[in-house]
Amino acid sequence: MNWALNNPNPEGKEPRTTTQSSDFYHLSAKDSPQKSRKIDFWRSGLMGFAKMQHSVAVKMNNGNNNDQVGNKKGSTFIQEHRALLPKGLILWTIIVGFISRGIYQWMDDTSKVRREEVLVSMCDQRARMLQDQFSVSVNHVHALAILVSTFHYHKNPSAIDQGTFADYTARTAFERPLLSGVAYAEKVVNAEREMFESQHNWVIKTMDTGEPSPVRDEYAPVIFSQDSVSYLESLDMMSGEEDRENILRARETGKAVLTSPFRLLASHHLGVVLTFPVYKASLPKNPTVQERIAATAGYLGGAFDVESLVENLLGQLAGNQAIVVHVYDITNASDPLVMYGNQDEEGDTSLYHESKLDFGDPFRKHKMICRYLQKAPIPLNVLTTVPLFFAIGLLVGYILYGAAVHIVKVEDDFHEMQELKVRAEAADVAKSQFLATVSHEIRTPMNGILGMLAMLLDTELSSTQRDYAQTAQVCGKALIALINEVLDRAKIEAGKLELESVPFDIRSILDDVLSLFSEESRNKGIELAVFVSDKVPEIVKGDSGRFRQIIINLVGNSVKFTEKGHIFVKVHLAEQSKDGAESKPALNGGVASEDITAASKPSSYNTLSGYEAADGRNSWDSFKHLVSSEELLTSSEFDASSNVRLMVSIEDTGIGIPLTAQGRVFMPFMQADSSTSRTYGGTGIGLSISKCLVELMRGQISFVSRPRVGSTFWFTAVFERCDKCSLKKPTVENLPSSFRGMRAIVVDAKPVRAAVTRYHMKRLGISVDVMTSLRTAVSTASGRNGSPLPSGTTKLDMILVEKDSWISTEDIDAEIRQMNSRTNGNVHRKTPKLALFATNITNSEFDRAKSAGFADTVIMKPLRASMIGACLQQVLELRKARQQHPEGSSPATLKSLLTGKKILVVDDNMVNRRVAAGALKKFGAEVVCAESGQVALGLLQIPHSFDACFMDIQMPQMDG
Amino acid sequence: MDALVAQLQMQYRNYTVSLYQQGFLDDQFTELKKLQDDASPDFVAEVLSLFFEDCVKLIGNMARALDQTGTVDFSQVGASVHQLKGSSSSVGAKRVKGLCVTFKEYCEANNYEGCVRCLQQVDIEYKALQTKLQDMFNLEKQIIQAGGKVPQVDIN
Repeated sequence: MNWALNNPNPEGKEPRTTTQSSDFYHLSAKDSPQKSRKIDFWRSGLMGFAKMQHSVAVKMNNGNNNDQVGNKKGSTFIQEHRALLPKGLILWTIIVGFISRGIYQWMDDTSKVRREEVLVSMCDQRARMLQDQFSVSVNHVHALAILVSTFHYHKNPSAIDQGTFADYTARTAFERPLLSGVAYAEKVVNAEREMFESQHNWVIKTMDTGEPSPVRDEYAPVIFSQDSVSYLESLDMMSGEEDRENILRARETGKAVLTSPFRLLASHHLGVVLTFPVYKASLPKNPTVQERIAATAGYLGGAFDVESLVENLLGQLAGNQAIVVHVYDITNASDPLVMYGNQDEEGDTSLYHESKLDFGDPFRKHKMICRYLQKAPIPLNVLTTVPLFFAIGLLVGYILYGAAVHIVKVEDDFHEMQELKVRAEAADVAKSQFLATVSHEIRTPMNGILGMLAMLLDTELSSTQRDYAQTAQVCGKALIALINEVLDRAKIEAGKLELESVPFDIRSILDDVLSLFSEESRNKGIELAVFVSDKVPEIVKGDSGRFRQIIINLVGNSVKFTEKGHIFVKVHLAEQSKDGAESKPALNGGVASEDITAASKPSSYNTLSGYEAADGRNSWDSFKHLVSSEELLTSSEFDASSNVRLMVSIEDTGIGIPLTAQGRVFMPFMQADSSTSRTYGGTGIGLSISKCLVELMRGQISFVSRPRVGSTFWFTAVFERCDKCSLKKPTVENLPSSFRGMRAIVVDAKPVRAAVTRYHMKRLGISVDVMTSLRTAVSTASGRNGSPLPSGTTKLDMILVEKDSWISTEDIDAEIRQMNSRTNGNVHRKTPKLALFATNITNSEFDRAKSAGFADTVIMKPLRASMIGACLQQVLELRKARQQHPEGSSPATLKSLLTGKKILVVDDNMVNRRVAAGALKKFGAEVVCAESGQVALGLLQIPHSFDACFMDIQMPQMDG
Repeated sequence: MDALVAQLQMQYRNYTVSLYQQGFLDDQFTELKKLQDDASPDFVAEVLSLFFEDCVKLIGNMARALDQTGTVDFSQVGASVHQLKGSSSSVGAKRVKGLCVTFKEYCEANNYEGCVRCLQQVDIEYKALQTKLQDMFNLEKQIIQAGGKVPQVDIN
């Protein structure tokens, strides 16, 4: 599912294998620190890289994971290896420790090398300087030797005596700073001893005792000496073991030779004695040893104060304090002799450097050893770098670990949430399912109960029983309605509700709805009116049942919440409303509308009933625009599209919806507040269903409401235009066509109401003139004002008067009576019939109306075309027919219904049978009687020719 | 002659009204009379005779059922009462019908005493009605013989 899971190797394995291999290297390369250091470095770099990749992969995992929320088995690499996380942390810590160690070693080694290099260079420098100084001194001695040879032996007599020598050497002592003093000893063979002694006036003495020397082959008594070593005069240099050896070696080699170091007599410093041979005559080239010995005239010697020499030297150099210098004579390698340096002063023994010293004596070997005085301190950068690196490494590891743990936790939570979500969804589905099932299951028996109740009501019941049964039936019906709503809601939620598409007549549907609520509205005294714009096609295609349901719901709500005023249902094309109503901003009880209210309060409102409405849209100002636009626009404008978008608005003057509750009006099971359901009942599911249905019809639903003023709900719905299709079944109440071409005057002061009346009259084919005052209408009708009808029509069939207009016009009754009587007398002119419209009428008003001449009819509102038609029919044409059949037209219709029908009457009671048969025969039916159920069954064997069968429900043997 | 007819008619009218007023008859009888026309001139008489025959038969049945000592089959009695009730309401015999209702209640309550008493009353009542109606028909015949017309009686 994600990259890391598919390819775990790139990130997963690499660090580990790297670690192993580098460990291996580390082990195998322990002996050579240089190499191992390099590998450590390489390893750490690679590790860092690998870790970086790892962390990147982690992040990618994380990102992928977030993207793929929907995946159920979303376990990632980290998720799978969660158990390894602590081990990984420990491993990482160890690795970081190793790396830190490696870095420490590397840095330490580097500093050591540098230290060593410094030591080497310092040591070599010292050795070289020492050597140089020494050789300079030797050269001076050499020069002195040549001086002695030249002026003592080649001059005759000698140019040098003790005084000269002492003087000279003292004055040139600055050239030999290392030599405490120089002396010259002449070679004297035993044969010449006496002569030599006499010549010098002293005897040759030994060095040790100062006694006169015993007899030897050869002597080397000091004849010249510097003042500083004047005590050496007359001492035989060959009496000392080391001096003798020196002398012998010197004359053999012809070079300066050195003794091993010893404590000098004067200063007690360590020193060496330098001996230089002086030859009598110039030597041949490459002289042999014998030749040298033979040519030897004497020996020049001096004591080197090595200690002060080195001390001087070191004093001149920088960094003197840092190192310890030792100078050894290593002529005898197994027993090096210390020439300089305090043996106790060891310094840092771990590191030392040897430098060879060549003092020009081939027999003697010297070396210089340098050490640091102090142990190498741990460098500060190492001290800071390594712990810092270790700390950072640990932190990084811990951060990665923390991140991984967090990721694991988040993923766990995520899975848990997902599971919970799935469960919640399942629960929701189950709830809906349960609701639907239970509702359905309730509906089935409820239908049985209702059927049985209906049947029970048909039987003979006492009035109390009937009352109970009827109550039960009403309750049952309410319950069924509720269940149907819940089922609808569940269906809509499940998306299973499909709209059917059948042609239907909007106007008749609205009439039906109106008739449903007419009783209730009349009882409450509310005006209930419907108006359908002419632009709306006669027949459209859509789901009439659902359309009806919406309107019933909205109108039902309006009726429920309205105590006075009116409810006005208006249907027009959505395009029309744009023209007419957009100029007015719809404010839900805002401040602006309050101002309007205050301003227009004194006058009556231009609405249907005169009460204020929440939305100004239905008031006369915009309404007349709508009405007039109908006449101006030709319908061809909208014919282009096959769909027609209707706008239905339901205006009421009820209690309105509180501002706080307006937001949740369309939410299921919500009513304005909980007290509403206690006061008015209902579940609050209706509006949410309506909203769903409207949305299914590709429309919108909305409302404008002001508390205590009223609400206007409106919705749009799209239907198919269906100009050619006709209704399959004829409309139940076909409007009578007998009124076509008639003229009428409608007297109504309220233009909106008049427009509604006109709409209904128009449907009947009656052309209508609206007059606002009854007085003018009456005078017009009675012809007192000549021929005042606007259209100049002389024929006037009826005057329809709104009750309010009639009541408000005082003293008009007499005029009406007069008009009636006058026209009655005039045979040639047909009397205009008078009819009164009323929402509700009291008995006294009714009497007054009768006396005033409205005896003809009072048409009860709400207006419906069919009802107006029926009433007017009564008034105008069927008066005679009515007189013929005082009980109404039912016997005639019954007769026509029953004539020729064959009816079976089954009753065991002969008397009853006879009566029933007689009654039926009277209406022209052919009657066959049967005295028992069996006989009846025999007669009713298919095929039979009976149209109906009446049966006693309680008979012996076999009842109805 | 005319005077006789008028007198007879007057007498007939008064008699009929008295029948209604004393509760022997109700609206159903009026309806029944309306059904009588030229096509079936003796409809009412026919129906009434059927009714009285029924009465005789049913009352006999009930008397026999109630005479049974020990176990009285009230359901059988009840069925007969029901039949009688149906018949009487069909012809508009108001008093008989009212008695039948009471009778039926006793039957359902298995009240032997009540049943017997009711049976006796029904017996008396239907015989009284028979007499009265017989008188009425006699009057009608007299009117017709006198060349008059049986008047429509408006009960209300």
